[in-house]
Amino acid sequence: MTVREQFHNDLGELKRIIQELAEDTKKALSEAVEALYNKDVDKAQEIIDNDVKLDRKELNINEQAILLIAKQQPFAKDLRRLIIALKISSDLERMADYAVNIAKSTIRLGKDHPLDVHPKIRKMADVALDMVNLAIKAFEHEDISLAKKLAEMDDEVDHMYSSIIREMLEETATNPQMIQHIMQMAFGARYLERFADHITNIGENIFYLVKGETYDLNE
Amino acid sequence: MDLSQVIHHENKNKPKEEKHVFEVSNLNLWYGDDQALYDINMNIPENQVTAIIGPSGCGKSTFLKTLNRMVEMVPSVKTSGNIKYKGTNIFDPKLSVEDLRTHVGMVFQKPNPFPKSIYDNIAYGPRIHGIKKKRDLDEIVEKSLRGAAIWDEVKDRLDENAYGLSGGQQQRLCIARCLAIEPDVILMDEPTSALDPISTLKVEELVQELKENYSIIIVTHNMQQAARVSDKTAFFLNGELVEFSDTNVLFSNPEDQRTEDYITGRFG
Repeated sequence: MTVREQFHNDLGELKRIIQELAEDTKKALSEAVEALYNKDVDKAQEIIDNDVKLDRKELNINEQAILLIAKQQPFAKDLRRLIIALKISSDLERMADYAVNIAKSTIRLGKDHPLDVHPKIRKMADVALDMVNLAIKAFEHEDISLAKKLAEMDDEVDHMYSSIIREMLEETATNPQMIQHIMQMAFGARYLERFADHITNIGENIFYLVKGETYDLNE
Repeated sequence: MDLSQVIHHENKNKPKEEKHVFEVSNLNLWYGDDQALYDINMNIPENQVTAIIGPSGCGKSTFLKTLNRMVEMVPSVKTSGNIKYKGTNIFDPKLSVEDLRTHVGMVFQKPNPFPKSIYDNIAYGPRIHGIKKKRDLDEIVEKSLRGAAIWDEVKDRLDENAYGLSGGQQQRLCIARCLAIEPDVILMDEPTSALDPISTLKVEELVQELKENYSIIIVTHNMQQAARVSDKTAFFLNGELVEFSDTNVLFSNPEDQRTEDYITGRFG
Protein backbone atom coordinates (compact mmCIF):
# COMPACT_ATOMS: atom_id res chain seq x y z
CA MET A 1 0.00 0.00 0.00
CA THR A 2 1.38 3.43 -0.90
CA VAL A 3 1.74 6.16 1.70
CA ARG A 4 -1.10 8.08 0.04
CA GLU A 5 -3.40 5.05 -0.03
CA GLN A 6 -2.68 4.56 3.65
CA PHE A 7 -3.64 8.20 4.27
CA HIS A 8 -6.95 7.75 2.48
CA ASN A 9 -7.62 4.57 4.41
CA ASP A 10 -6.87 6.45 7.63
CA LEU A 11 -9.32 9.19 6.60
CA GLY A 12 -11.93 6.50 5.92
CA GLU A 13 -11.33 4.94 9.30
CA LEU A 14 -11.68 8.33 10.97
CA LYS A 15 -14.99 8.84 9.20
CA ARG A 16 -16.15 5.44 10.43
CA ILE A 17 -15.34 6.26 14.08
CA ILE A 18 -17.19 9.59 13.79
CA GLN A 19 -20.27 7.78 12.44
CA GLU A 20 -19.99 5.32 15.32
CA LEU A 21 -19.85 8.20 17.82
CA ALA A 22 -22.92 9.73 16.13
CA GLU A 23 -24.81 6.43 16.52
CA ASP A 24 -23.76 6.21 20.19
CA THR A 25 -24.93 9.78 20.79
CA LYS A 26 -28.26 9.09 19.14
CA LYS A 27 -28.73 6.00 21.30
CA ALA A 28 -27.85 7.95 24.47
CA LEU A 29 -30.48 10.61 23.72
CA SER A 30 -33.16 8.11 22.74
CA GLU A 31 -32.63 6.09 25.93
CA ALA A 32 -32.43 9.23 28.10
CA VAL A 33 -35.83 10.42 26.84
CA GLU A 34 -37.35 6.96 27.33
CA ALA A 35 -35.95 6.85 30.89
CA LEU A 36 -37.46 10.30 31.55
CA TYR A 37 -40.92 9.12 30.49
CA ASN A 38 -40.61 5.79 32.32
CA LYS A 39 -39.15 7.39 35.50
CA ASP A 40 -36.38 4.80 35.09
CA VAL A 41 -33.59 6.10 37.32
CA ASP A 42 -31.50 2.92 36.91
CA LYS A 43 -31.45 3.33 33.14
CA ALA A 44 -30.63 7.03 33.63
CA GLN A 45 -27.65 6.09 35.80
CA GLU A 46 -26.51 3.63 33.14
CA ILE A 47 -26.52 6.41 30.50
CA ILE A 48 -24.45 8.63 32.79
CA ASP A 49 -21.94 5.82 33.44
CA ASN A 50 -21.68 4.99 29.75
CA ASP A 51 -20.81 8.56 28.76
CA VAL A 52 -17.14 8.06 29.58
CA LYS A 53 -16.89 5.69 26.60
CA LEU A 54 -18.18 8.41 24.28
CA ASP A 55 -15.72 10.91 25.75
CA ARG A 56 -12.93 8.43 25.02
CA LYS A 57 -14.09 8.06 21.43
CA GLU A 58 -13.99 11.82 20.97
CA LEU A 59 -10.42 11.93 22.34
CA ASN A 60 -9.46 9.09 20.02
CA ILE A 61 -10.85 11.00 17.00
CA ASN A 62 -8.93 14.11 18.06
CA GLU A 63 -5.69 12.18 18.46
CA GLN A 64 -6.04 10.47 15.08
CA ALA A 65 -6.90 13.72 13.31
CA ILE A 66 -4.00 15.61 14.89
CA LEU A 67 -1.61 12.79 14.03
CA LEU A 68 -2.74 12.81 10.40
CA ILE A 69 -2.40 16.60 10.16
CA ALA A 70 1.13 16.38 11.59
CA LYS A 71 2.24 13.44 9.48
CA GLN A 72 0.52 14.13 6.16
CA GLN A 73 0.41 17.95 6.17
CA PRO A 74 -2.77 17.87 4.10
CA PHE A 75 -4.14 20.64 1.91
CA ALA A 76 -7.56 21.68 0.62
CA LYS A 77 -10.36 19.11 1.06
CA ASP A 78 -8.14 16.64 2.90
CA LEU A 79 -7.31 19.34 5.43
CA ARG A 80 -10.97 20.34 5.74
CA ARG A 81 -11.89 16.69 6.34
CA LEU A 82 -9.58 16.61 9.34
CA ILE A 83 -10.68 20.00 10.67
CA ILE A 84 -14.34 18.98 10.56
CA ALA A 85 -13.49 15.63 12.18
CA LEU A 86 -12.28 17.64 15.19
CA LYS A 87 -15.31 19.93 15.17
CA ILE A 88 -17.99 17.31 14.55
CA SER A 89 -16.63 15.00 17.23
CA SER A 90 -16.66 17.92 19.66
CA ASP A 91 -20.32 18.64 18.80
CA LEU A 92 -21.23 14.97 19.22
CA GLU A 93 -19.52 14.80 22.59
CA ARG A 94 -21.43 17.88 23.73
CA MET A 95 -24.69 16.38 22.42
CA ALA A 96 -24.04 13.22 24.43
CA ASP A 97 -23.57 15.46 27.48
CA TYR A 98 -27.10 16.83 26.95
CA ALA A 99 -28.39 13.25 26.98
CA VAL A 100 -26.54 12.82 30.28
CA ASN A 101 -28.13 16.02 31.59
CA ILE A 102 -31.59 14.67 30.76
CA ALA A 103 -30.65 11.45 32.60
CA LYS A 104 -29.61 13.55 35.61
CA SER A 105 -32.96 15.32 35.55
CA THR A 106 -34.67 11.91 35.55
CA ILE A 107 -32.70 10.98 38.67
CA ARG A 108 -33.52 14.30 40.37
CA LEU A 109 -37.23 13.86 39.59
CA GLY A 110 -37.04 10.37 41.16
CA LYS A 111 -39.22 7.30 40.69
CA ASP A 112 -42.33 8.64 42.35
CA HIS A 113 -42.93 12.16 41.07
CA PRO A 114 -46.56 12.89 40.14
CA LEU A 115 -45.91 14.93 36.98
CA ASP A 116 -46.58 13.65 33.49
CA VAL A 117 -43.80 14.39 31.06
CA HIS A 118 -45.01 16.89 28.46
CA PRO A 119 -45.83 14.98 25.24
CA LYS A 120 -44.06 17.61 23.16
CA ILE A 121 -40.73 16.61 24.75
CA ARG A 122 -40.99 13.27 23.00
CA LYS A 123 -41.87 15.05 19.78
CA MET A 124 -38.82 17.29 20.16
CA ALA A 125 -36.68 14.23 20.77
CA ASP A 126 -38.10 12.49 17.69
CA VAL A 127 -37.25 15.44 15.47
CA ALA A 128 -33.79 15.70 17.06
CA LEU A 129 -33.15 12.00 16.41
CA ASP A 130 -34.31 12.40 12.80
CA MET A 131 -31.87 15.27 12.53
CA VAL A 132 -29.01 13.04 13.74
CA ASN A 133 -29.94 10.43 11.12
CA LEU A 134 -30.02 13.08 8.43
CA ALA A 135 -26.67 14.54 9.59
CA ILE A 136 -25.10 11.07 9.49
CA LYS A 137 -26.37 10.61 5.95
CA ALA A 138 -25.23 14.08 4.88
CA PHE A 139 -21.80 13.37 6.38
CA GLU A 140 -21.60 9.96 4.74
CA HIS A 141 -22.46 11.27 1.24
CA GLU A 142 -21.10 14.80 1.68
CA ASP A 143 -24.54 16.07 0.68
CA ILE A 144 -25.14 19.75 1.41
CA SER A 145 -28.82 19.67 0.41
CA LEU A 146 -29.42 17.35 3.37
CA ALA A 147 -27.24 19.57 5.55
CA LYS A 148 -29.44 22.56 4.68
CA LYS A 149 -32.58 20.66 5.62
CA LEU A 150 -31.24 20.41 9.17
CA ALA A 151 -31.84 24.15 9.58
CA GLU A 152 -35.57 23.76 8.87
CA MET A 153 -35.84 20.89 11.33
CA ASP A 154 -34.01 22.91 13.96
CA ASP A 155 -36.63 25.67 13.57
CA GLU A 156 -39.30 23.08 14.31
CA VAL A 157 -37.48 22.06 17.49
CA ASP A 158 -37.13 25.70 18.52
CA HIS A 159 -40.87 26.31 18.11
CA MET A 160 -41.76 23.29 20.20
CA TYR A 161 -39.30 24.45 22.84
CA SER A 162 -40.89 27.92 23.08
CA SER A 163 -44.37 26.50 23.40
CA ILE A 164 -43.29 23.97 26.08
CA ILE A 165 -41.60 26.71 28.09
CA ARG A 166 -44.70 28.92 27.85
CA GLU A 167 -46.94 26.12 29.07
CA MET A 168 -44.62 25.21 31.91
CA LEU A 169 -44.42 28.81 33.02
CA GLU A 170 -48.21 28.85 33.29
CA GLU A 171 -48.11 25.59 35.23
CA THR A 172 -45.73 27.05 37.82
CA ALA A 173 -48.44 29.63 38.54
CA THR A 174 -51.23 27.07 38.94
CA ASN A 175 -49.07 24.42 40.58
CA PRO A 176 -46.43 26.31 42.63
CA GLN A 177 -45.65 23.41 44.99
CA MET A 178 -44.34 21.44 41.99
CA ILE A 179 -41.97 24.16 40.83
CA GLN A 180 -38.82 22.04 41.37
CA HIS A 181 -40.23 19.25 39.21
CA ILE A 182 -41.52 21.59 36.51
CA MET A 183 -38.06 23.19 36.37
CA GLN A 184 -36.45 19.80 35.72
CA MET A 185 -38.90 19.20 32.87
CA ALA A 186 -38.14 22.64 31.44
CA PHE A 187 -34.43 21.83 31.67
CA GLY A 188 -35.10 18.64 29.71
CA ALA A 189 -36.70 20.68 26.92
CA ARG A 190 -33.81 23.12 27.04
CA TYR A 191 -31.26 20.26 26.69
CA LEU A 192 -33.09 18.95 23.63
CA GLU A 193 -33.13 22.39 22.06
CA ARG A 194 -29.38 22.72 22.59
CA PHE A 195 -28.83 19.17 21.31
CA ALA A 196 -30.53 20.12 18.02
CA ASP A 197 -28.42 23.30 17.72
CA HIS A 198 -25.28 21.18 17.75
CA ILE A 199 -26.65 19.07 14.90
CA THR A 200 -26.97 22.21 12.79
CA ASN A 201 -23.29 22.87 13.57
CA ILE A 202 -22.55 19.46 12.05
CA GLY A 203 -24.53 20.53 8.97
CA GLU A 204 -22.41 23.70 8.75
CA ASN A 205 -19.26 21.61 8.94
CA ILE A 206 -20.44 19.41 6.08
CA PHE A 207 -21.12 22.56 4.09
CA TYR A 208 -17.58 23.76 4.86
CA LEU A 209 -16.13 20.41 3.82
CA VAL A 210 -17.84 20.47 0.44
CA LYS A 211 -17.68 24.16 -0.42
CA GLY A 212 -14.68 25.38 1.52
CA GLU A 213 -16.79 28.25 2.87
CA THR A 214 -18.53 28.82 6.14
CA TYR A 215 -22.31 28.91 6.21
CA ASP A 216 -24.56 29.80 9.14
CA LEU A 217 -27.49 27.40 9.31
CA ASN A 218 -28.84 29.09 12.42
CA GLU A 219 -29.44 32.38 10.65
CA MET B 1 18.65 50.35 -24.75
CA ASP B 2 19.11 51.45 -21.15
CA LEU B 3 16.67 49.42 -19.16
CA SER B 4 16.81 51.54 -16.01
CA GLN B 5 15.61 54.58 -17.94
CA VAL B 6 12.78 52.58 -19.38
CA ILE B 7 11.85 51.34 -15.92
CA HIS B 8 11.94 54.83 -14.48
CA HIS B 9 9.67 55.99 -17.26
CA GLU B 10 7.35 53.04 -16.80
CA ASN B 11 7.05 53.53 -13.04
CA LYS B 12 6.08 57.14 -13.52
CA ASN B 13 3.23 56.29 -15.84
CA LYS B 14 1.84 53.15 -14.29
CA PRO B 15 -1.07 53.32 -11.89
CA LYS B 16 0.11 52.51 -8.39
CA GLU B 17 -2.49 49.96 -7.38
CA GLU B 18 -1.60 47.25 -9.92
CA LYS B 19 2.07 46.70 -10.53
CA HIS B 20 3.33 43.72 -12.41
CA VAL B 21 6.98 42.96 -12.71
CA PHE B 22 6.36 40.53 -15.56
CA GLU B 23 3.47 40.37 -17.97
CA VAL B 24 3.52 37.10 -19.85
CA SER B 25 1.17 36.68 -22.79
CA ASN B 26 0.62 33.68 -25.06
CA LEU B 27 4.04 32.26 -24.28
CA ASN B 28 4.87 29.00 -26.07
CA LEU B 29 8.23 27.29 -25.90
CA TRP B 30 9.75 24.35 -27.74
CA TYR B 31 12.90 22.32 -27.18
CA GLY B 32 13.46 21.28 -30.80
CA ASP B 33 10.16 19.71 -31.80
CA ASP B 34 8.96 19.10 -28.25
CA GLN B 35 6.67 21.76 -26.90
CA ALA B 36 7.36 22.48 -23.23
CA LEU B 37 5.10 25.48 -22.58
CA TYR B 38 1.63 26.12 -23.97
CA ASP B 39 0.03 29.56 -24.16
CA ILE B 40 1.09 30.86 -20.78
CA ASN B 41 -0.68 34.05 -19.70
CA MET B 42 0.34 35.38 -16.35
CA ASN B 43 0.93 38.71 -14.62
CA ILE B 44 3.54 38.42 -11.90
CA PRO B 45 3.10 41.00 -9.14
CA GLU B 46 5.85 43.30 -8.00
CA ASN B 47 7.34 43.07 -4.49
CA GLN B 48 5.59 39.84 -3.75
CA VAL B 49 6.62 36.22 -3.62
CA THR B 50 5.21 34.13 -6.45
CA ALA B 51 5.57 30.38 -6.11
CA ILE B 52 5.46 27.98 -9.03
CA ILE B 53 4.50 24.40 -8.27
CA GLY B 54 3.80 21.33 -10.35
CA PRO B 55 5.08 17.80 -10.96
CA SER B 56 8.49 17.10 -12.49
CA GLY B 57 8.61 17.93 -16.18
CA CYS B 58 5.61 20.28 -16.07
CA GLY B 59 7.65 23.21 -17.37
CA LYS B 60 8.00 25.24 -14.18
CA SER B 61 11.82 25.53 -14.32
CA THR B 62 11.68 26.17 -18.05
CA PHE B 63 9.23 28.97 -17.43
CA LEU B 64 11.44 30.45 -14.69
CA LYS B 65 14.52 30.37 -16.92
CA THR B 66 12.57 32.02 -19.73
CA LEU B 67 12.05 35.09 -17.54
CA ASN B 68 15.76 35.98 -17.72
CA ARG B 69 16.26 34.23 -21.07
CA MET B 70 18.62 31.71 -19.51
CA VAL B 71 16.59 29.02 -21.23
CA GLU B 72 18.17 30.16 -24.51
CA MET B 73 21.44 28.54 -23.43
CA VAL B 74 19.86 25.38 -24.82
CA PRO B 75 20.48 25.95 -28.56
CA SER B 76 17.33 24.23 -29.83
CA VAL B 77 14.96 26.48 -27.85
CA LYS B 78 12.30 28.40 -29.76
CA THR B 79 9.72 30.70 -28.22
CA SER B 80 6.65 32.58 -29.35
CA GLY B 81 4.52 35.07 -27.50
CA ASN B 82 5.49 37.93 -25.29
CA ILE B 83 7.10 38.62 -21.94
CA LYS B 84 7.22 42.18 -20.72
CA TYR B 85 9.54 43.04 -17.88
CA LYS B 86 8.20 46.28 -16.40
CA GLY B 87 6.75 47.15 -19.77
CA THR B 88 9.77 46.23 -21.88
CA ASN B 89 9.66 43.24 -24.21
CA ILE B 90 12.48 40.97 -23.04
CA PHE B 91 12.78 39.40 -26.49
CA ASP B 92 13.44 42.80 -28.08
CA PRO B 93 16.66 42.38 -30.14
CA LYS B 94 17.80 45.83 -28.97
CA LEU B 95 17.76 44.71 -25.36
CA SER B 96 20.98 43.17 -24.08
CA VAL B 97 20.54 39.87 -22.31
CA GLU B 98 23.27 40.81 -19.82
CA ASP B 99 21.30 43.92 -18.90
CA LEU B 100 18.17 41.83 -18.38
CA ARG B 101 20.04 39.39 -16.16
CA THR B 102 21.43 42.26 -14.10
CA HIS B 103 17.87 43.17 -13.27
CA VAL B 104 16.64 39.62 -12.98
CA GLY B 105 19.02 37.59 -10.83
CA MET B 106 18.87 33.88 -10.24
CA VAL B 107 19.57 31.42 -7.44
CA PHE B 108 19.86 27.75 -8.29
CA GLN B 109 18.90 24.47 -6.72
CA LYS B 110 22.41 23.52 -5.67
CA PRO B 111 24.49 26.24 -4.08
CA ASN B 112 27.15 27.14 -6.65
CA PRO B 113 29.72 29.46 -5.05
CA PHE B 114 32.85 30.23 -7.02
CA PRO B 115 36.05 28.57 -5.75
CA LYS B 116 37.09 31.91 -4.32
CA SER B 117 37.00 33.69 -1.00
CA ILE B 118 33.67 34.70 0.48
CA TYR B 119 34.55 38.33 -0.25
CA ASP B 120 35.45 37.68 -3.88
CA ASN B 121 32.29 35.69 -4.48
CA ILE B 122 30.24 38.77 -3.66
CA ALA B 123 32.59 41.30 -5.28
CA TYR B 124 32.77 39.33 -8.54
CA GLY B 125 29.66 40.79 -10.18
CA PRO B 126 30.20 44.40 -9.10
CA ARG B 127 33.84 44.20 -10.35
CA ILE B 128 32.59 43.06 -13.76
CA HIS B 129 30.29 46.05 -13.72
CA GLY B 130 33.36 48.25 -13.26
CA ILE B 131 33.38 48.91 -9.55
CA LYS B 132 37.05 48.91 -8.54
CA LYS B 133 37.41 50.98 -5.37
CA LYS B 134 38.02 48.82 -2.32
CA ARG B 135 35.85 51.06 -0.17
CA ASP B 136 32.88 50.74 -2.54
CA LEU B 137 33.33 47.00 -2.85
CA ASP B 138 33.61 46.62 0.94
CA GLU B 139 30.33 48.43 1.28
CA ILE B 140 28.58 46.27 -1.34
CA VAL B 141 29.94 43.05 0.20
CA GLU B 142 28.72 43.96 3.68
CA LYS B 143 25.34 45.19 2.45
CA SER B 144 24.76 42.09 0.34
CA LEU B 145 25.82 39.67 3.06
CA ARG B 146 23.62 41.49 5.56
CA GLY B 147 20.76 41.41 3.07
CA ALA B 148 21.13 37.65 2.78
CA ALA B 149 21.20 37.25 6.57
CA ILE B 150 24.66 35.71 6.64
CA TRP B 151 26.89 38.66 7.57
CA ASP B 152 27.18 37.79 11.25
CA GLU B 153 28.23 34.25 10.41
CA VAL B 154 31.00 35.19 7.97
CA LYS B 155 32.17 38.73 8.80
CA ASP B 156 35.32 37.46 10.55
CA ARG B 157 36.30 35.07 7.76
CA LEU B 158 35.67 36.97 4.54
CA ASP B 159 39.03 35.85 3.14
CA GLU B 160 38.31 32.17 3.62
CA ASN B 161 37.24 29.97 0.73
CA ALA B 162 33.47 29.83 0.23
CA TYR B 163 33.65 26.06 -0.08
CA GLY B 164 34.33 25.93 3.67
CA LEU B 165 30.77 27.11 4.38
CA SER B 166 27.89 24.72 5.10
CA GLY B 167 25.34 24.04 2.34
CA GLY B 168 22.82 26.41 3.89
CA GLN B 169 25.45 29.15 4.27
CA GLN B 170 26.61 28.59 0.68
CA GLN B 171 23.04 29.07 -0.56
CA ARG B 172 22.65 32.30 1.37
CA LEU B 173 26.05 33.37 0.01
CA CYS B 174 24.70 32.76 -3.49
CA ILE B 175 21.67 34.88 -2.65
CA ALA B 176 24.05 37.59 -1.37
CA ARG B 177 26.02 37.31 -4.63
CA CYS B 178 22.78 37.82 -6.49
CA LEU B 179 21.92 40.88 -4.35
CA ALA B 180 25.34 42.44 -5.00
CA ILE B 181 24.37 43.35 -8.57
CA GLU B 182 21.22 45.01 -7.23
CA PRO B 183 18.57 43.17 -9.20
CA ASP B 184 14.83 43.95 -9.09
CA VAL B 185 13.77 40.36 -9.39
CA ILE B 186 15.22 37.20 -7.89
CA LEU B 187 14.37 33.93 -9.57
CA MET B 188 14.85 30.93 -7.31
CA ASP B 189 14.89 27.43 -8.71
CA GLU B 190 14.22 25.05 -5.83
CA PRO B 191 16.61 26.99 -3.61
CA THR B 192 16.22 24.79 -0.54
CA SER B 193 15.91 21.31 -2.00
CA ALA B 194 19.50 20.51 -1.07
CA LEU B 195 19.29 22.05 2.40
CA ASP B 196 18.48 20.70 5.85
CA PRO B 197 15.30 21.96 7.63
CA ILE B 198 17.07 24.64 9.69
CA SER B 199 18.87 26.09 6.67
CA THR B 200 15.62 25.84 4.72
CA LEU B 201 13.86 27.88 7.38
CA LYS B 202 16.59 30.53 7.24
CA VAL B 203 16.27 30.83 3.47
CA GLU B 204 12.47 31.02 3.80
CA GLU B 205 12.75 33.79 6.39
CA LEU B 206 15.15 35.55 4.09
CA VAL B 207 12.68 35.32 1.21
CA GLN B 208 10.09 37.02 3.42
CA GLU B 209 12.49 39.85 4.23
CA LEU B 210 13.67 40.25 0.65
CA LYS B 211 10.22 40.80 -0.78
CA GLU B 212 10.23 44.26 0.78
CA ASN B 213 12.68 45.31 -1.91
CA TYR B 214 12.57 42.61 -4.55
CA SER B 215 10.05 40.63 -6.54
CA ILE B 216 10.70 36.95 -5.95
CA ILE B 217 9.65 34.05 -8.10
CA ILE B 218 10.36 30.69 -6.59
CA VAL B 219 10.02 27.24 -8.11
CA THR B 220 9.56 24.62 -5.43
CA HIS B 221 8.64 20.99 -5.11
CA ASN B 222 7.83 21.55 -1.49
CA MET B 223 4.18 22.57 -1.35
CA GLN B 224 4.34 23.44 2.33
CA GLN B 225 7.13 25.84 1.43
CA ALA B 226 5.05 27.42 -1.33
CA ALA B 227 2.17 27.76 1.13
CA ARG B 228 4.43 29.26 3.81
CA VAL B 229 6.40 31.81 1.85
CA SER B 230 4.42 32.92 -1.17
CA ASP B 231 1.67 35.48 -1.79
CA LYS B 232 0.56 33.97 -5.07
CA THR B 233 0.97 30.47 -6.42
CA ALA B 234 0.92 29.15 -9.97
CA PHE B 235 0.21 25.49 -10.68
CA PHE B 236 1.75 24.14 -13.88
CA LEU B 237 0.83 20.81 -15.45
CA ASN B 238 2.12 19.34 -18.73
CA GLY B 239 3.39 22.75 -19.86
CA GLU B 240 0.13 24.56 -19.10
CA LEU B 241 -0.68 27.07 -16.42
CA VAL B 242 -3.67 25.41 -14.76
CA GLU B 243 -4.31 27.88 -11.97
CA PHE B 244 -2.76 31.09 -10.70
CA SER B 245 -4.35 32.41 -7.52
CA ASP B 246 -3.67 33.87 -4.12
CA THR B 247 -1.73 31.27 -2.17
CA ASN B 248 -4.39 31.25 0.54
CA VAL B 249 -7.02 30.31 -2.02
CA LEU B 250 -4.95 27.83 -4.00
CA PHE B 251 -4.02 25.73 -0.98
CA SER B 252 -7.34 25.86 0.84
CA ASN B 253 -9.95 25.88 -1.87
CA PRO B 254 -8.50 25.67 -5.39
CA GLU B 255 -10.77 26.35 -8.34
CA ASP B 256 -9.49 23.65 -10.67
CA GLN B 257 -9.99 19.97 -9.84
CA ARG B 258 -6.49 19.20 -11.21
CA THR B 259 -4.99 21.60 -8.68
CA GLU B 260 -6.97 19.97 -5.87
CA ASP B 261 -5.82 16.52 -7.03
CA TYR B 262 -2.19 17.60 -7.17
CA ILE B 263 -1.98 19.38 -3.82
CA THR B 264 -3.81 16.58 -2.05
CA GLY B 265 -1.34 14.07 -3.48
CA ARG B 266 -3.64 12.24 -5.87
CA PHE B 267 -1.05 12.42 -8.63
CA GLY B 268 2.38 13.91 -9.32
